[in-house]
Order: sequence, then structure tokens, then C-alpha cells
Amino acid sequence: MIGIQHFLVVSAILFAMGVFGIFLNRKNIIIILMAIELILLSVNINLVAFSAYLGDLVGQVFAMFVLTVAAGEAAIGLAILVIYFRGRGTILVDDVNRMKG
Amino acid sequence: MSTLSSIALTAPELLLSVGSIALLMWCAWGGDAATRTISVVAVALLTGAAFLLLGPAGYGGTGFGGLYHADAFGAFAKLLIYIASAVSIIVAPRFFADTGSMRAEYPVLILLSAVGMGMMVSAGDLLTLYVGLELQSLAAYVLASFMRRDTRSAEAGLKYFVLGALASGILLYGISLVYGFTGTTDFGGIAAVFGTPAEEPVRLGRLFGLVFVFAGLAFKIAAVPFHMWTPDVYEGAPTPVTTFFASAPKVAAMALLLRVAVEAMGPATEEWRQIVIFCALASTILGGVAAIGQTNIKRLLAYSSINNVGFALFGLVPGTALGVSAVLTYLAVYIAMTLGSFLVVLQMRDARGEPIETIASLSGLSRTQPALAAAMAMFMFSLAGIPPLFGFWPKFLVFDAVVDIGLWPLAMIGIATSVIGAYYYLRIIKTMYFDEPAEAFAPSGSKVEGGLIALAAVVVSPFGYLMIGPLGLISLNAAKALF
Repeated sequence: MIGIQHFLVVSAILFAMGVFGIFLNRKNIIIILMAIELILLSVNINLVAFSAYLGDLVGQVFAMFVLTVAAGEAAIGLAILVIYFRGRGTILVDDVNRMKG
Repeated sequence: MSTLSSIALTAPELLLSVGSIALLMWCAWGGDAATRTISVVAVALLTGAAFLLLGPAGYGGTGFGGLYHADAFGAFAKLLIYIASAVSIIVAPRFFADTGSMRAEYPVLILLSAVGMGMMVSAGDLLTLYVGLELQSLAAYVLASFMRRDTRSAEAGLKYFVLGALASGILLYGISLVYGFTGTTDFGGIAAVFGTPAEEPVRLGRLFGLVFVFAGLAFKIAAVPFHMWTPDVYEGAPTPVTTFFASAPKVAAMALLLRVAVEAMGPATEEWRQIVIFCALASTILGGVAAIGQTNIKRLLAYSSINNVGFALFGLVPGTALGVSAVLTYLAVYIAMTLGSFLVVLQMRDARGEPIETIASLSGLSRTQPALAAAMAMFMFSLAGIPPLFGFWPKFLVFDAVVDIGLWPLAMIGIATSVIGAYYYLRIIKTMYFDEPAEAFAPSGSKVEGGLIALAAVVVSPFGYLMIGPLGLISLNAAKALF
């Protein structure tokens, strides 16, 4: 029987993969965008699982909002990536160093 | 409460959102030639929204079934947000004109961000909180990379986007846990559940949710250890945008943190107090130490803002109305000091009109432009919290609130850390007054910016103490709306 705890574990694993994807990835900024999507989707699993478990619709409505905002976020992220690439000609993470820090 | 009266509560947000959509249409058809008119209309809209706060939007109570709180607290924060947004619009045309990158979308993006910030400070539910925060952030990402041909601006936008999205993700994960372990997203409902004891796994789940929510919000206010994006973004973004970032979103995120901490998680004060104490101490210390070696004025002001957020956080530690009102006073004075110092930075341009950002270029400013140097000195002394200036007063209030609940050792450490900050503020004053003059800045020629600097300087000057009475009353009234 699959219970709420299984969903929570899957979502926690996805969330951790997303966070590590941002910090450990040394290659490509597109991968960072993918990691961000992974984090948002792990949250959606959480919300929907809790919503079903509690018998409360709010969680599913919330997941819809998260999906919409995630789409907007991806669009803006890619747009910024495009102007960055135009200026620098590279999207390697290690090259994002015009300013120290 | 009927839908119609709920709509009346959101009047400022409605005005700004409908106005910004109309202005966006105007951008599309009028092109960049319409920039000036659009900027004027945008400032007028912000003024109109501020006046709407006098109506039901300022005290009307809860609307939309608990999603939205129109109270004195929200009105106070919104007033500061609108002022800061309007100043960021006013200073932009002259800065962008030199590089030819002023576009009509700039005021519209600021307006959209202001709508998001209004939603944030009036949120009564985790859903409104999230949507407001994202609206503010998405507009801010675009603003950071507004100078498309400047690689530093694009890099600032990219860094801001990645770390901002990560912060939203962490916050959202916390929200999902809070929802799951309390069964509601309404602030009042969450507080009621947090007030009841729970069995072990549920208690742990709530605690995890609380920690994630606080970590996400700490990212947004740039408190240490979640501050690493701030210096880069502040340095890379165009200066009017940096002015905006350092003022309005800071107020909005701080007000949101206050609301979540007190209204939703008030019964769990013991749990989050340790987090807030750690962030406050780390921010004041790191904000002071890391600023010492900086050579870029915008980077230095970024660390200064981290430092100041730390002090403001001290006011949240007690979790009392007195502490919250101290934070609100802090934010009001902080807005004046920050806007003032960034307005001075905007005046720093060489003979050809190119903006310069090195601290060394301020050398001997007292001899070439004595009035500007005097204003900058006042802002720096005030940010350092040196007594005759008004910047001292909110710091005093914040530590007063900490002492009030008997945490006087913490207050002593906090006051000691403010000495570290004083060092680099004084270094700027030394550069301006005692170093050999560098090449003089091009004359400003803008009466509006000069006037704004003078106004900000009067607010932070000892004359500011005349406002203690009304400011204290209003902020206490606003703080009481949360309890």
C-alpha cells in the first residue's frame, strides 16, 4: 500500500536533487533551469499528495498556481539566458564571473 | 463579506495592475518615444494608489475569504513601497539616457513589481503570499538585466534569477509542508494549529515547514547566510534598479516576514526566535566585516543593506507589538537613508557623463561639491547610527524592544557589532573630506534629483526627531494590526 510517506520521500528526494543540481553543477546554465523546475515539481507532488491525504482541495489549487508561475519563471529565465549569451557567447557556469563573488 | 466590498479593499492593487496593463499597451503602440509620458503617468498612479490607502484599503479588514488583509500594517508598508518605487522611476530617465537604453517598459515593470509587493504585505494566506512574491520577483529579474547590451547587467539578472528562483523553491517547499502538517493555508488557521501541541512526526513536519519558509524569506531580505547574491546583483544592475532593489522589495519582504512570523506562526515564536537571532547577528557582523575591503560604492551599499537588515531583524526577535513597531520605524528611516545614498551615487559621473562607481572617485568631494558631500556624509553617519542623526533612533527602538523581553546580552552584542559597520561608513566620509580631490564630477543639472537628495537629508538630519511622535504612533498602530 502506498501511503502519504512514500510521496513525501519521493518529493524530498526530487527537492534535494534540484538543490544539489544548482550548487554542484559546474557545466551549463540550462541544467540549472532544469534543476529549478525539478524543485517546483517536487513541491507540486507534495501539495497534491497532502491535498489527497487531507481531503482538502486547496493543495490542488495551489499546485495549479505553482505550475502557472513556473511557466512564467522559465520564460523569463530563458529570456535572460538569451541576452546573456548574446553578450558573452557562452553559457558555462564557470564563466559567470564578470563580478567577483 | 461580499465580493464587491472585497474589491474595494484591493483598490490600490487594482488601480496599479489595470494602470500598468494600460501603460503596457501604450508602450506597445507609442514605442520608446512615449517613455517620458509613461513615467509621469506611472508616478501619478503610484501617488493615486497611496491616496487610496486612506480609504477602506487602509483599514477595511479581511477580504476574499481571508486571502487578503487590508489593515494599518499593510498600509504602512505600502506607503513606503510606493514612495521608493516612485523615486526609482523618477531617477531612471537621466541615467539611461546617456547609454541610450531607456525603454518605456521600465516604469511598467516597476508598477507590476509594486502590485506584487502590495499583495505580499497584505497577504492573509500562503497562496496570496506566493503569488505576490513571484509577481514582484519576476518583474525584478527583468529589471536587473534591463541594460541588455551591458554584460554586467545580464550577469546580474542571471544570478538574481537563479538564486531568486531557488529561494522561491525553498519557500514553496516550506509552504507545502506547512500546508500538509497544519491542513490549511490561511494565516489565522495556521496560527490556531501551531498553538496546539502535536505528536512527534507532525511536530517535526511543522518545524521543517517553518524552517524552510523562514529560509526562503531570509533569501528575499538578503539576510546572512542567504545573502550571497546581493553584492553581485547590486553591482551589476543599473543604478536606478539597484536603488529600487535596496528599498522597495526589502520593505515588502521584511513586512511579509513580520506578517508570517507574527500572524501565522506567532504561537511558534520560541521555535523561530533562534533562526531570527542567528540571521540578525550573522547579518550585522558579516555585513560590517565584508564591506571593509570593497572598492565599488554599489557593492559597499549592498553590504550596508545586509547590515541594516540584520539590525531590523533584531526587532523581530521579541515577537511583540513593540518590536514589530520598531522594525516598521526602522524600515521607514532605512528607506530615506538608502534612497538618499543611492541618489548621491547617481550623481557620480565623469566629465563625459559616464557613470562611475569607485569609492576613490569620491575623494575630495567636499571641495568640488560641498553640498553633495555634506548630504552623503549625513546618510553615512545616519546608516552607521551615530546619535545626532535620525538613523540612531530606529536602532535604539529595536534594541529597546530586545531589552524589553530581558534579552539584554543579545542587545549588547548587537550594539557592539554596529561599531564594525561604523568603520567603513566613516572611511567614505574620510575619503570625501580629507583625501586629495579626484577628477570633479560632471554637474548634476537635475533639480528634481537635487531636491530629493535634500529632502532625504532633512529626514535623516536631527530634524527627523520632530517626527518621532507621529511616526511612533503610526508604526505602533500598524504593528498592533498583526496581534
